[in-house]
Parts: sequence; structure tokens; C-alpha cells
Amino acid sequence: MLGFTNDQIYRYSRHIILPDVGGAGQKKLLRAKVLLVGAGGLGSPSAMYLAAAGVGTLGIVEFDRVDLSNLQRQLLHRTQDVGRLKIDSAQDTLNALNPDVKVVKHQVVLDSTNIMEIIKDYDIVVNGTDNFPTRYLVNDACVFAGKPLVDGSIFMFEGQATVYDAAHGGPCYRCLFPTPPPPGEVPSCQEAGVLGVLPGIIGSIQAIETIKLILGKGDSLKGRLLLFDALAMEFREMRVEKDPHCPVCGEDPTITELIDYEQFCGVAFPEKPATAQDAEMVPA
Amino acid sequence: MATIFVPTPLRKVTGGEGKIRIRAATVQQAIDSANAVYPGFRERVLDGDGEIKRFINVFVNGVDVRKLQGRATPVRENDEVAVIPAMAGGN
Ligand SMILES: [Zn+2]
Repeated sequence: MLGFTNDQIYRYSRHIILPDVGGAGQKKLLRAKVLLVGAGGLGSPSAMYLAAAGVGTLGIVEFDRVDLSNLQRQLLHRTQDVGRLKIDSAQDTLNALNPDVKVVKHQVVLDSTNIMEIIKDYDIVVNGTDNFPTRYLVNDACVFAGKPLVDGSIFMFEGQATVYDAAHGGPCYRCLFPTPPPPGEVPSCQEAGVLGVLPGIIGSIQAIETIKLILGKGDSLKGRLLLFDALAMEFREMRVEKDPHCPVCGEDPTITELIDYEQFCGVAFPEKPATAQDAEMVPA
Repeated sequence: MATIFVPTPLRKVTGGEGKIRIRAATVQQAIDSANAVYPGFRERVLDGDGEIKRFINVFVNGVDVRKLQGRATPVRENDEVAVIPAMAGGN
């Protein structure tokens, strides 16, 4: 049956019997190449569900090591992994879950010199990064490379998710937020904490959107910003559109190459990768 | 009465409140009403020229007011005005 092994037919049987997936859809998943930016809170559930679903190639960009304080939410890593590189721990978890998946490790800090080379081999980019400079870098690179970006972010008890796809009529991150907030205007997770389950919800939504894009099924979050408030247990949806005046994907773009976002945001570049979290904006 | 939805990153100024009930006929009045109860609210949303900050989007019932009439966009009974900043966290 379409070149599956017997084990694969059984492993993916609940997909194969789904009318909107089927054997052909499962083949698409096995052939798909998805890049996960970050193997932390959001990256954990999205990577694990994508691996379980049989997405054939999962690239992971992550430079950090597993810290004990990560384990409250980052399910890719275990107590015995504390101190290991997250990409190594992630690879072990994902391959134990599904040996069909090829995990490609990118142990780098993304910057304007390496991002285009890294993303070029992937069909879809899933954003699980934790700071504004990287979010703008990943957005602009995806616009330039014409790649869909499945975006998610979390803060305390609240999350956002959407799909940016400027190459196919959708908005990009800068259509919504043309410039990063000045330091202090919008606080970040490290300063405020985050409910451990929250990235499980938002990261799982990112995995669903990624699978729908691979299958070409359903209505994606393109053009919709989904907000989730865990304390109120409410979902909201905001309509977001491509901005013809967008500085990067608009009709007359002013940003035509990748910027040094660390300087752009007025935040010092981390001295060593392990302390990159410290480069987050400080609260007012 | 209409409601302003305030996401977590902006709740420092509302004492943790996520929903503010206000009387207002426009988005500008909604922001001013919220500011009367929570001084400092306006400065979080509007810049020095009184425009909505570029890293914040204001929606009325899910539609970006920049696609409507900006701060003059009408607010009706039971409408929800959402003030949405970018969020960076992912870890
Ligand atoms: Zn754009």
C-alpha cells in the first residue's frame, strides 16, 4: 500500500482511516520537512506531535542546554537530561517516539548570516522562539524565502497563534507589528513566569496547523490571530490582513535584507549562548 | 456598556483586570474611559501624538480599527474592544 511497511500501516492506521488524511496524506507527512525554531515550551509539544504524526524530517534550531527549571513545561526533556544539549535530548525523545523521523540538529544561535541557509531546505517553519529579535529575524527570513511560518507565543496564562504566509496572500508578523516594542513596553516570560500547560495548548495548535498545511486540508489560521486566555478559559479570534504598506512584504518594502535585530532592538547580544535568555527585554 | 479586553502583558496597569466595562461611543472614548479608572492605560496604548502604538493592534469585535475608522471607530452596546500587543514568549 503506497510503499508503507506493515509497521507503518499499523502505526499510522488512525490517520490512514481518516478521510482527509488517508494513505496519500500520510505519505505527504512522511515526505514533509518542518523546521522548529526552539526546542523549549512551544517546540516540545509541536515536535512531539509532529514526530508522532510521522512528519519525516524535523529540523530543530536550539543552542541551549536543559535546565531543571525547564522541566515544568518542556516535555521533550527529562530529569536525566539536565545539563545536556536540548537538541540531543530532543533527538532522543523524538526518535524513541518514532524512528521514522529524521531529526536534523542545528545547534546555532540564529542570525542574519545563517538563517537563510538553514531554512532553505524546509517546507514550513514553526516558531517557538522566546524573544522579539529572533521573531523579527525568522519572520523576515520566511518572507524572503517564501516559507509559511506557523507562529505561536505565550505569556503567563495567555497565548497567541497564527499562520503567516506572505507568499500566498497572507499577512506577515510585520503586517501586524511593523516594529518591535521598545524595551520595557511588553514584558517577557522569564520575568513573569508561565503556566506549564499553556505551551502544551499553543504548541499543539501549531502542530495541527502545520499538519493541515502539509495535507492542504481545512482552513488554516492564515489571516486570523487566535488568542487563548487560560485563566478565563476563553478563545478569541482577531481578523488580520496583509498590509500593503508592510515594511517587508508590502508593495514598496523598505526592508529588503535581514537586519541585525539585536542592535535594532537596543538589546545586548548574549555573551554566550547559555545566557541568551538574559537578552530579553527588561520590564519598565 | 462595552468591554475592553486587556491581554496579560498590559494588565500591570489595570491591577490584573482582563476585562474592563466602559461606556463609550468610540474607540478613543473607550481608551479614555479605561484611563479614568486605570491612570496610565492611555500611555500604554497611544503614543505621544495620540496615535495607537505601532506594536499594538486595537480590534473592535475582532476587526482591526486601522481597517475601520481608527480611534473614531464606533463602539456599540456589548461590543468588545481588544487591545493586542505582540507577545514574544515561547520558552
Ligand atoms: Zn507583512
